[in-house]
Amino acid sequence: MHEMSIAQGILDIVLKTAAEHNAVKISCIKLLIGQMTQVEPESLKFGFAALAANTIADGAVVDITIIPLVGKCNSCGQQFTVERYSFLCPLCHSANILVVSGRELAVDYLEVE
Amino acid sequence: MQIKVMTNILEKNDQVAAALQERFEKAGIFVINLLGSPGCGKTSLLEKTIKALKETLSIAVIEGDLFTAKDAERIEQHGVPVVQINTGGGCHLDANMIQGVLDCLDLGELDIIVIENVGNLVCPAEFNIGEDCKVTVLSITEGDDKPLKYPLIFKQASAVILNKVDLLPYTNFDLKAAEKDITAIHPEVTLLPVSCQTGEGLEAWFNWLMKQVQIKKGKESK
Repeated sequence: MHEMSIAQGILDIVLKTAAEHNAVKISCIKLLIGQMTQVEPESLKFGFAALAANTIADGAVVDITIIPLVGKCNSCGQQFTVERYSFLCPLCHSANILVVSGRELAVDYLEVE
Repeated sequence: MQIKVMTNILEKNDQVAAALQERFEKAGIFVINLLGSPGCGKTSLLEKTIKALKETLSIAVIEGDLFTAKDAERIEQHGVPVVQINTGGGCHLDANMIQGVLDCLDLGELDIIVIENVGNLVCPAEFNIGEDCKVTVLSITEGDDKPLKYPLIFKQASAVILNKVDLLPYTNFDLKAAEKDITAIHPEVTLLPVSCQTGEGLEAWFNWLMKQVQIKKGKESK
């Protein structure tokens, strides 16, 4: 259940950001989570709700966007969705692949009052 | 009102991990984050490694475990410095935990620190703890479907040890299929089939490890 550590990280970020903007309530937290991360969205929401109790983030909606796993071939330039975690270029079969997206674990934005 | 944040959630952990890495860099110590399921043979691999290399390399071990010191006690018998971290139920080590115990080790004396993470194929893969590289142990008895089920821990590993190959004849583990999946996930990975029981393949692991330490110490160019 490392989602609890991640939820704590999110709470630290949103409380700090809200304080910097003199917000009194956080109503929505938008998260970007890559497909190739070990995060279970429901566990994360559950953990966050528990940690946020009695803070200005209490009851905030946690809205998660899953970012697909995309690779780019450094040999031929082909960009492709990684299927079955195969990091080989579907066009030229090169193994020299850059992960373009899919490893995100970020707070995108907050909605506050 | 909307506030754009765009901050990495693991930023705090990554900052501490970067500071640790700098300390290890200054001391010229090669640091491994040893990963794998409970019972895959991480501690057995460590014991074999210490036995074989402790005259050549100055090795220390940091043991991560939920509640017990059983692994640390096993390592201690081999006469190398060992520090136990109990996570109290936590499923992974994080950079703060490593920072908290680092003063227990004499960094000036060491060539290599192996950090044995909590047995788990999921959570530890997300947390950097200042290591030079991750090494993942997968044992034959776990089944050949694990790389595709837990791809991140294989993607992050510089080397994957396939342990307990002496049991291959007694299981339906398809070594070729597993190797194919692991190299598709991580094409540059070093794959090392070994048996800590019979000693098969361990020499190749020791050589790989020695090479990494030499590279770190700058005695050999990459």
